[in-house]
Amino acid sequence: MLHTLAVLVENNPGVLIRVAGLFTRRGYNIDSLTVCQTEDPELSRMTIVVNGDDQIIQQVRNQLSKLVVVHSVSDLTGESVVDRELALIRVQVSTETRSAVLQTVDIFRGRVVDMGRTNITVELTGDIPKIDAFVRAIRPYGLLELVRTGKVAILRSET
Amino acid sequence: MSEEKTGLKGATILLNALQQEGVDVIFGYPGGVLLPLYDALLDSPIRHVLGRHEQGVVFAADGYSRVTGKVGVCLGTSGPGATNLVTGIANAFLDSIPLVVLTGQVPTSSIGSDSFQEVDIIGITMPITKHSYLVKDPRDLPRIIKEAFYIARTGRPGPVLIDLPKDVLAEENVVPFSNEMKLKGYKIFGRDNNGKIEEVARALSEAHRPVLYAGGGVVTAGAESVLKQFAEKTGAPVVTTLMGIGSLPLGHPNLLGMVGLHGTVTANYAVNDCDLLIAVGVRFDDRVTNGPGDRFATNAKVIHIDIDPVEISKVVRTDIQIVGDARQVLEEILEALPGFVLPDVADWWDQLREWKENHTLNYDKDRLNPQMVMECLGEIAGGETIITTDVGQHQMWVAQHYPTVNPRNYASSCGLGAMGYGLPAAIGAQIARPEDRVVLVTGDGSFQMSIQELGTIAQNNLPIKIVLLNNGVLGMVRQMQKLFYGERYSQIQLQGNPDFVKVAEAYGIRGIHVNSLENVRSAFEEAFKHPGAVLVDIKISEHENVLPMVSPGKVITEMIVR
Ligand SMILES: Cc1ncc(C[n+]2csc(CCOP(=O)(O)OP(=O)(O)O)c2C)c(N)n1
Ligand SMILES: [Mg+2]
Repeated sequence: MLHTLAVLVENNPGVLIRVAGLFTRRGYNIDSLTVCQTEDPELSRMTIVVNGDDQIIQQVRNQLSKLVVVHSVSDLTGESVVDRELALIRVQVSTETRSAVLQTVDIFRGRVVDMGRTNITVELTGDIPKIDAFVRAIRPYGLLELVRTGKVAILRSET
Repeated sequence: MSEEKTGLKGATILLNALQQEGVDVIFGYPGGVLLPLYDALLDSPIRHVLGRHEQGVVFAADGYSRVTGKVGVCLGTSGPGATNLVTGIANAFLDSIPLVVLTGQVPTSSIGSDSFQEVDIIGITMPITKHSYLVKDPRDLPRIIKEAFYIARTGRPGPVLIDLPKDVLAEENVVPFSNEMKLKGYKIFGRDNNGKIEEVARALSEAHRPVLYAGGGVVTAGAESVLKQFAEKTGAPVVTTLMGIGSLPLGHPNLLGMVGLHGTVTANYAVNDCDLLIAVGVRFDDRVTNGPGDRFATNAKVIHIDIDPVEISKVVRTDIQIVGDARQVLEEILEALPGFVLPDVADWWDQLREWKENHTLNYDKDRLNPQMVMECLGEIAGGETIITTDVGQHQMWVAQHYPTVNPRNYASSCGLGAMGYGLPAAIGAQIARPEDRVVLVTGDGSFQMSIQELGTIAQNNLPIKIVLLNNGVLGMVRQMQKLFYGERYSQIQLQGNPDFVKVAEAYGIRGIHVNSLENVRSAFEEAFKHPGAVLVDIKISEHENVLPMVSPGKVITEMIVR
C-alpha cells in the first residue's frame, strides 16, 4: 500500500543523499519524492510516497528517524490531508484532434501553457487519481512527454 | 595599529576540543593534508600511537573502545589513508562500537576537482557511519567535536566520521564559535515503557521454560551484573551471542553458552524449546537464527529489549517490545518482580541438565588440539586477562572453549567478521589498559592480514601475548569446503607461510614454537612470565573442525556434532 510520509529535515547539502541512500540500501521503494525549503529556512520538508506493508512502513519510519539530519517523520496516510501534484503534459494535436484535446483539457480544468504547430503543453494540478485519469484520457491522441512533480501534502486544519 | 593575535590554529582548536572530551590517545597515521595537525600534536598532551596501516589504527581504536567503554579515536590522511579506514569503520558500525574517525581532506577550495589524494570519504562511508561531518569552517570545530562524541557514545553507539580539509586545520588566529550542540534531529529512543515492564513480569511468572538471550547491548549498557541478578533471581538460563560473551562469566551455573551456528547443543535446544525468550540487546542475527527468523524460537513468547527501535521486529516476530537501555529495563523488571510469582523452573533445569550431560563439547584430550589449547590458556590466564581474537576457526574455539571472560575483557570482530582485526585490537586494548594482560588468539591467515602491526607492538613495548593457532590453512573455509562442497578444497593452503617465530624475533619479540601437547602449558607459563611481547606459534592439524555446527538453512537444533 502507498504511504505518504512527511519528513522534516535539515536544509543542508548532503541531506538528500542520506535519505535517498537509506532507501536504496534497505531496498525500500520510493514512489515519489519532493523536497523544498519550509517556512523555517533551516528546515526542508520532504514528501515521500513509499510502497510497503505496515511492517515495512514502520521500518522506514524508524530508519528515517534515526538519521541525525531528520527532525521528524509523520505518516499522513489515513489522515485528513490536502494533497496535490502538478503535471506538465505535451500532447500531439492535428487539425482533426485539436478540439477534442482542448475539450478534454477543459473538463479536467487544465491550462494550455504552450502551443506548437503539432502539439500543445498542458499544465494540470490535482490529486494523483485526477492526473492519472487525465493521462489515460489524453493518451490515445498521442502523449509526447509527461513531467510530474510528485505529491506534496499538508494536514487539513482542525475546524 | 598592529593586529592582535588572540585566536588559535585550527588544528590546535581541534586537539583542545578532543582533550575536552577526555581523549588521552589517538591511533593514527600521517600524510600531506594532516601536516598542520601533526605539527600541532607536538604541543598537545594527547598521546599519538603510530600504526603501520590505517586499517590497524581504526581496529586499535575499536579495541581500545571495547575494553574501556570509552569512545575510540583514530586518524588517517586523505585519499588512501581514508579508504584504508573503511573496513574498520564498517566493523565498528556492525558491532555498535563508539568511534570518532578523523580523516584529512584536501583544502576546501580543491574539493570536487579530483585533486591529489582526494576521495569523497563521507560519501563512501555514509552507509557505515552513524553520522558524519565535513568541517568547512574551523570555528565550528568545538561544536562538531562535541556533537560527534555525543552521537558516537549515546543511544546505540557507532562510528562518527569527521572530514578535515587541510586549510581548516592550517588556518591561524581562529576564534571559535561556542561548542553548544545543535542536535535537534538527534533522538535517543526509549523511556516510555508504560505498562510493559509489568507485562514482562507477568509473562515470566506464567512461563515454565524461560531463556535469557543476551547480546552486545548488555555489554554496551554495562548490564552484566543486573543480568546475573536477573538470571539468579528468576532461575532462567542464559544463552549469549558472540557479542554477548562476557555478559555472564563462563562457568556461571545459569550459562548455557553461545547460541546459534556454532552454539552449544544445550543453548540451541533451549532456545528452540523455551516458552519465553527474553532477548536483551540482540538483533537476531542470521548467525544466531541460521536464516530467516521465522523458524527461531517458534514455541516461545518473545520479549525484545533493545535501545534501537529499528531492531524491533526487523527479523523475528516479537510479542512484547521494549525500547530502552538494557540495564535500566532489566533493573525495572527486577523491581517489578516481587509483585509476581516466580516461575517454577525445576523441570526445565532437569531437562537442561540432561542435554548438558549428553552433549558436552567433546574432543580428544590426548593430543594437541585447539580445544585443549584454549582450555589450558584459560586456566593459566584467568578471567582478568583481556582476550582479543581474529576471524576463523580459532575465533569460534575461543568462544566455545576459553573458560572465563569478565565484562569488557573481550574484543572480536563479530558482525563484520574481519580477518586482521585481532592484532591491532590487542594493541588498542593494551594501550588502554597497560596494567592488564592482553592475549590475542589468531590464525595464520588472519595474522598475516595485520602482521605489520608487530612494528607498533615493538615501538611501544607492548607486552601482548600472541597465541597463533597455526594450521597452515584458511581453516574456516576449509571446513565449509569439507562439509558442504564434498571435500573439494580450493585456495585454502597457505604454503608460503613464514616461520612466524622468526618474524616475531625480527621485530625483537620473543617467539616460542609448540609442536606437542606437553609443551603447551610450559609455553604459556613462559610467555606470561616474560615481561615483553611473546608469540606462541602452536602447530595444529588442518583437519580440526569447529563443532557443533548447524547445517545451512536448518533449524538451530539440527546440528552436526561429530
Ligand atoms: C578480510 C576477510 N577476508 C576473508 C574472510 C573469509 N574468511 C573467514 S574465516 C577465513 C579463514 C581464516 O583463516 P585463519 O585466520 O588461518 O583462521 P583459521 O580458520 O584457520 O583458524 C576466511 C578466509 C574474512 N572473514 N575476512
Ligand atoms: Mg589457519
